[in-house]
Amino acid sequence: MTMVEKANAAAEHRFDHERLLDIEDLTVELPGVGARRPVLDAVRLRVDRGEVVGLVGESGSGKSTAAKAVLRMLPRGARIGGRVGVAGQEVLTLGPGDLRDLRARRVAMVHQDPRSSLNPVRRIGDFLTERLIHTLGRPKAQAYAEALRLLDAVGIVRPAERMRQFPHELSGGMLQRVVIAAALAGDPELLLADEATSALDVTTQAEILAILREHRTRRGLGLLFITHDLHLAAAYCDRVYVMYAGRVVEERTAGQLFEDPRHPYTAGLLACTPELGDPRPIRPIPGRPPSLDDAFPGCPFVARCPVAQTACETWRPVARELDGGGSVMCRRTDLDHPVEMVRA
Amino acid sequence: MPARALRITLGLLVTLLAASFVIFGAIYAAPGDPAAFLVGGQEDATPEKLAAVRAAYHLDDPLWVQYGDWIGGVLHGDLGRSMQYHDQVADLVSSRVPTTLFLVSYSAVLFVVAGVALGVLSAVRGGRVDGVVVAVTTLLASIPKFVKALALVAFLGVQWGWFPVTGAGEGFGDRLHHLTLPALSLALGELAVVSRVTRQSMLEQYAQDHVAVARAAGLSEFKVIRRHVLRNALAPVVTMCGLITASLFAGTVVVETAFGISGMGSLLVQAINTHDFPVTQAVLLLMVLAYMLVTTLVDLVHPLIDPRVRLEGSAA
Amino acid sequence: MTLLQAAVPSVATASPEPAKPKRTWPIPVRIAAGFLLLTAASAILAPLLAPYEPDAIDLNASLAPPDGAHVLGTDQSGRDLLSRVLHGAGPSLVAPLALLALASVIGIALGTLAAWHGGWVDAFVSRVTDVMFAFPGLLFVILIVSVFGDGLTTAVVALALAYSPVVAKYTRSIALAERAKPYIDAYRVQGMGGFAICVRRLVPNLAPSLIGYLVLMFGQVLMGMATLSYLGFGAQPPSSEWGLMVKEGQAALVRGALWPALVPGTAIALVVVAFNVVGVRISDRLGVRER
Repeated sequence: MTMVEKANAAAEHRFDHERLLDIEDLTVELPGVGARRPVLDAVRLRVDRGEVVGLVGESGSGKSTAAKAVLRMLPRGARIGGRVGVAGQEVLTLGPGDLRDLRARRVAMVHQDPRSSLNPVRRIGDFLTERLIHTLGRPKAQAYAEALRLLDAVGIVRPAERMRQFPHELSGGMLQRVVIAAALAGDPELLLADEATSALDVTTQAEILAILREHRTRRGLGLLFITHDLHLAAAYCDRVYVMYAGRVVEERTAGQLFEDPRHPYTAGLLACTPELGDPRPIRPIPGRPPSLDDAFPGCPFVARCPVAQTACETWRPVARELDGGGSVMCRRTDLDHPVEMVRA
Repeated sequence: MPARALRITLGLLVTLLAASFVIFGAIYAAPGDPAAFLVGGQEDATPEKLAAVRAAYHLDDPLWVQYGDWIGGVLHGDLGRSMQYHDQVADLVSSRVPTTLFLVSYSAVLFVVAGVALGVLSAVRGGRVDGVVVAVTTLLASIPKFVKALALVAFLGVQWGWFPVTGAGEGFGDRLHHLTLPALSLALGELAVVSRVTRQSMLEQYAQDHVAVARAAGLSEFKVIRRHVLRNALAPVVTMCGLITASLFAGTVVVETAFGISGMGSLLVQAINTHDFPVTQAVLLLMVLAYMLVTTLVDLVHPLIDPRVRLEGSAA
Repeated sequence: MTLLQAAVPSVATASPEPAKPKRTWPIPVRIAAGFLLLTAASAILAPLLAPYEPDAIDLNASLAPPDGAHVLGTDQSGRDLLSRVLHGAGPSLVAPLALLALASVIGIALGTLAAWHGGWVDAFVSRVTDVMFAFPGLLFVILIVSVFGDGLTTAVVALALAYSPVVAKYTRSIALAERAKPYIDAYRVQGMGGFAICVRRLVPNLAPSLIGYLVLMFGQVLMGMATLSYLGFGAQPPSSEWGLMVKEGQAALVRGALWPALVPGTAIALVVVAFNVVGVRISDRLGVRER
């Protein structure tokens, strides 16, 4: 077998749709900070190889915490229950060495603010090669060449020059490309993109989304795409999870979700954004996103829900399987099209 | 960057000029005839001697001219003549400078290494370890240098005989041996500040996002601390260590006296006791110079530690 | 000593924060405060407490180790160390108090003047304090001593001058904040003169912070004074000021007699530590801001 064939075989192997990330009943509580409800409450989430999965919610809904749990980057003292599996490995019980290995080789994360993600006193090159040299033990020259290639791949011109610069010498858009290049260094299997493009202008955002998609098709990269923009998620992802108050309230394929949202919250999110050719007025969701101080005896969305009934206030939310696949955590599955009710 | 360096150097020159003028002008602050003051004791102040001093110091010229002559001489390495030893002050001083420099450098190495190590320990371990470090270093800072010096002499020198209790030694190894206790007495009191600054600065860095990012990239905790926390915490630590090192020169006055080391500090005390004002002037001037050179150096080095300062400098 | 006794109770009454729940003092602070009171008492009662005259020479008992006759041993001249330390407490504490008082008068005056007047006065005072800060304090003191000759008075004045910029800088920073408060304008509108407002309203209102700050400084000041005496520039023989005692006891060290130097040295260290422990507590209570 030649090298090329070997590589192809490996690539094909990667493409079979096995589970890459498997989160089951993940519950995270922060006892120290006076929170009255769990940050995450029995979250189930799955990303297959080569799949782009969206995770959508307002700030404080727990989407970042869910992503951090995959790397076990939770606050000290957090009470954690459930399971987080990455390619069959149980993350929550890994030993320190295996955990570092997981962070170095398998899962990478891109954060929202690139400027605070980079050490301000180290050069761009240091940041890019750090993982390669210090955790994967590559020789310096090889790591340097790899970093150049990655910078080029994320569309940075004159990469050799950039490698010598400091973070404060680069623009925000350029830094985010650097951060993504660094995340792709060492060929991770899973990329957690936490609002990775939210701060960028539209053209840069589009380029970066294209780069990530390319990695997904070429290497079978699994992508958990965290955003507050449901429209973007629906357009870009294969499947979308919608989170509210630490729970996954709806999980569908992007098309289904966009066409026929089953949770009033999802419908509300869609109704928030103006659409071309839609004469109906913009309807913001009334009320404010719940904070950690708000505890709910029943459905957490009840106070803001247009279709809520008295029984919803005491209904303990459970995920209900939907006919076309996916699930929703709403008592009113009797409604055919909750979105119409929201818009009305 | 060059503009910043220029500004700093100019500031140094102005302060030095002011300090040297104060040191020179002090003879006029003394009660009575400046010539008599310069001669020292009253009893051997023969008219010829007074006249010689008056001529040597151009005491009949206006103050500015006198100062100009004096500072001009200093710049040419002429620090005047000692009234006591009837010797060139420059010769007297130059034989003692190396000892003092050795003592200060040795002490600086000790307090930087131990202080930063304790600070890192405090920051990383926290809790009880931090409490013990604070208690011990604060205690050490609350004991005057001369008391620490004599306690070290009493126990490590006299009682257990590990170190010589007097003199500066010959050759590097011997000198190291002789100057260990003096250097320790200078260094121990500074551990409190250095370890505090290191700890505080590191804790601030711990909270930075990029540290979490580095950890999320699978870096070991040791490397996270070394490459991100400690490296970024360095700037205030280096500044503080520089300022303390500069102030050690003044501390040698006490410690050299306590250990009978013939350096600049003990020379200053002798000169005051023998009313040898030219020597006093020269030593004070050199100590102030050393102090200011070190503090200026710290300012100049700062951009190398923190590249963000470099940017501000070029923008200015 | 009267100064010290006057200062400490007034601290407790001057505390402007009655809202805070009354907390008991931690045990180390109590021990330190108790020790300080004991030291103050022994300074006053030394003639009654000391078993010997402080300068009673007994050459037969030279460098005697501690025993029944001399609880802390004797020095080279056979003087009883316990008696000397007790008698030395007075000068060892009063000289730093006096110089701190002098430094605060100068410093508070300059700092208030700079903050109140602003403009060139502020610029001038700030520049002078900056230059003083650029100069190692001990060297400045030594320059003054070398010009005016040694002796306790010169040392006190020299140290006071060296410490006054520290007080001035702190006073200026808190006076600036206080000056901006509306009540000052109210007095001005009532026709009160600037000097009167400063002396009768502004500075008294700063007093809690200032006292807290000065208490924190006292340990430093005491060490500075003892150091000058140790160098021979402060208290002069036959005083039993502690710094001077250490200097006189040093010669005996190499002969194996540790007591003459270590007894007064320990006394200095204990008082400084106790003052720092109590000082941190008091300044915390008075809300002293870190510079």
